[in-house]
Amino acid sequence: MAQAINQALDQAMAADPRVMILGEDVGRTGGVFRVTDGLQDRYGEDRVVDTPVAESGIVGAAFGLAVGGMRPVVEMQFMGFSYPAYDQVISHVSRIRNRSRHRFTAPLVIRIPYGGGIGAAEHHSESAEAIYAHIPGVKVVVPGSPGDAKGLLLAAIDDPDPVVFLEPIRLYRAIKEEVPEERYTTPIGESRVIRPGEDVTVVAWGSMLREARVAADLLEEEGIDAELLDVRSLVPLDEDGLISSVEKTGRAVIVHEAPRTAGLAGELIALIQERALYSLEAPVARVTGWDTVFPLKRSEHLYLPNPQVIARAVHRVMAA
Amino acid sequence: MAEGLQQVLTPEGELSGELPFGIDETRRLYRAMVAARLYDRKGTALQKQGRLATYAPFEGQEAAQIGSAAALRSDDWMVATYRDAAAMAYHGYPRTLLVLGRMGDERGGSPPEGVNALPPSITVGAHMLHAVGLAWAEKLRGRDRIALTYFGDGATSEGDFHEAMNFAGVFQTPVVFLCENNHYAISLRRDRQTAAATIAGKAEGYGMPGVLVDGNDLFAVYSVTAEAVQRARSGGGPTMIEALTYRLGPHTTSDDPRRYRSGEEEAEWRERDPLERVRRYLAGADAWTPGWQKAIEAEESAAIEAAVEEAEAVPAQRPEDIFASMFAEMTPQLKAQQRTLLESLA
Repeated sequence: MAQAINQALDQAMAADPRVMILGEDVGRTGGVFRVTDGLQDRYGEDRVVDTPVAESGIVGAAFGLAVGGMRPVVEMQFMGFSYPAYDQVISHVSRIRNRSRHRFTAPLVIRIPYGGGIGAAEHHSESAEAIYAHIPGVKVVVPGSPGDAKGLLLAAIDDPDPVVFLEPIRLYRAIKEEVPEERYTTPIGESRVIRPGEDVTVVAWGSMLREARVAADLLEEEGIDAELLDVRSLVPLDEDGLISSVEKTGRAVIVHEAPRTAGLAGELIALIQERALYSLEAPVARVTGWDTVFPLKRSEHLYLPNPQVIARAVHRVMAA
Repeated sequence: MAEGLQQVLTPEGELSGELPFGIDETRRLYRAMVAARLYDRKGTALQKQGRLATYAPFEGQEAAQIGSAAALRSDDWMVATYRDAAAMAYHGYPRTLLVLGRMGDERGGSPPEGVNALPPSITVGAHMLHAVGLAWAEKLRGRDRIALTYFGDGATSEGDFHEAMNFAGVFQTPVVFLCENNHYAISLRRDRQTAAATIAGKAEGYGMPGVLVDGNDLFAVYSVTAEAVQRARSGGGPTMIEALTYRLGPHTTSDDPRRYRSGEEEAEWRERDPLERVRRYLAGADAWTPGWQKAIEAEESAAIEAAVEEAEAVPAQRPEDIFASMFAEMTPQLKAQQRTLLESLA
């Protein structure tokens, strides 16, 4: 997936001189995950900018660059380090179009590696997508595959509005997949059924898709046919895609690695009960992280949802 | 007088430095300051009549704003705060829209094409980074526009002040930081905001020149700003200017300054009124008469009245409009919410 994102950035920069990259260590080293590897050599220090260690500075300056006609793509090193920039996002990036009634706009992309599973230090494994999804005026997308990473990132760069682009750290080098060489975009706001099924809808995004896919394989051996829905776009959410799947199967399990309380599973379940309650055969279940600080390496396995936990939740909704 | 303070005209109206321009320009800028003060007093009056939401007066800071704004080219960027209506109006931001914004209408944040000023910043300090980014964009696009950003002494305690100054220094963006040190951040005195002797001195830590100027001296503010603008425009990088001034009125119309400062202090600063200083100079040069004063006040008042009338005549936004500027195109969720609102109003 890291390579697919690199290719998207490369193609965007080649096609449009306004596109530029800003972030900590993105230039000479190509970023801590090497996602921007080689781009500074190709496009120079003015377009792939190693910034001081200052997240609010990066996003605040990128806001000005975007209003001034550039197309900045900024990298936050880890989600746990993006919070100093949160004020710029919630107070300005998301609001300038509304504040100026379309006169000024800030079309910038904020790339944020997120999520656990690599046994990292504190602040390096967080999954705080809900706090971004809660901001009126930004879009929030999460690719679950290399192909979507490329297409969604190119769509995000083209988008006339700010997009928070979440990159599941665990998937950077986990998935090998042929990605089309040519430039293409994947529309923001559309979910995708990545495994059709009849008995239950399992809803996930990011690295939880991989866990859910393994769970679906386990369930298949037991004769349970799970449909796996990749949400891809948290804002705007493809409500119709979610509802039509749940109407078909009559059962749903929502999976996210973010903490449970006020997590997006609550939002999805509310939508399901608003629009598809009478199609339901069982209460909707959610499989989430706990309301704890993300545990360090030795206890990480106690926190992250895994295929067995997801399969057990499916058993519960099948039994109801 | 603080050490290193740049001054051209003493509070008594006597020259102590080199004039940056002649009598005609002085009369023009004096008139702009008179207009600003009339506008400011009108703002407070309208608020008391319930015709504006909270208003943040700038009386006492006219020279700091007009003197610096006059040093800009009309296409330069201005990134200012809620207390900078004098500078913004001078830079071409229509007064009608400034009033409309204070009436609580988002359309006040939408200046016409060609006016390169962001809507006034309500948060403290964050906007300084926006000026850095705008200036940076101009540099990358090979143009010679610069950006000037206004902020108060309170903003210098914010983290974004540091990040903005630091980015501007590192990337040599063509930006001018203009601190209107009016001595109070709502109730907190300047000496509790920072232990530094001057705010201008902080510039050294970011590798840029810092200039301390008498902010109630129109000529001095113009001169130091013009020099900083020239430096930025010619590729010499950023400058920070600390304009020493005083907010003669309250923080906003909801504030009572008697809770945190003395009448004697206010009276002392009233003596250093930036308008009176230029008036004395003009009178000494036989370029001011009471008749002229009356005439310009009448004309400027009429223009301000017209702007207020125009703002008040703007029809209310439609209920559906609150959804229409969140994105270039409304999301399905916003469309559904818009329908729900309209149904609830039907």
